[in-house]
Amino acid sequence: MPVRVQTEDFDVGVEITRLRAGRPGVGAVAAFVGTVRDLTDGEGVTTMTLEHYPGMTERALEAIVDRARARWDLDDLVVVHRVGELRPLDQIVLVAVTSAHRGDAFAACAFVMDWLKTQAPFWKKEAGPRGARWVDARESDDAAAARWGDVPAPNASGPR
Amino acid sequence: MRVRVLYFASLREAVGVSGEELQLPADVSTAGALRAWLRARGAPWDEALAERRALRVAIDQAMAGPQSGLRDGAEVAFFPPVTGG
Repeated sequence: MPVRVQTEDFDVGVEITRLRAGRPGVGAVAAFVGTVRDLTDGEGVTTMTLEHYPGMTERALEAIVDRARARWDLDDLVVVHRVGELRPLDQIVLVAVTSAHRGDAFAACAFVMDWLKTQAPFWKKEAGPRGARWVDARESDDAAAARWGDVPAPNASGPR
Repeated sequence: MRVRVLYFASLREAVGVSGEELQLPADVSTAGALRAWLRARGAPWDEALAERRALRVAIDQAMAGPQSGLRDGAEVAFFPPVTGG
């Protein structure tokens, strides 16, 4: 399964080893790991709770993976996203991509993250000393997704 | 027609339920019309689904828009902008 949504932590080394096993044509591995910060917009964060839309989340991630595969010459790819209660220093998300060459691997890894942030149904709620709040979507994330062209519907901006 | 409506994250908290089964009048046939019909039920729906709020809608687990048509038995989800990753 190239896409997993889980409460458990993941091991980047194990995931990359699995992607590369028996694939001598692979010459590049690009991986991104998103982690929980202890500070957002000046507010302290003690816990971050991730909610998702079971079923749609997996479908949305698989659709993003399919787009990446169609656009770049990739060998394999894995996306792991955690849900539930996390704490600062915890890992949230992994995108790892293998390819013959680094260009495709770097680009596909960035593309999957940019689209994931604006198109996959996850929501973060942060709790700190001053209470709990749902994290606001950022227009800068819409811009990051749009730089790949083929623009998906904007996420953060405006009522509609 | 009959649809299942789901709410997530801050919207789920605002309306106090995660989902409901609804029988819709014949003239409610798009996601936007459903949103207006839900709002017309009064508090807390009127405020939680107000037009000024940036909400997204999915039909049968695919992103959709206000003009998107509903079908009998559809799963329609309303939620705030997504913030994963």
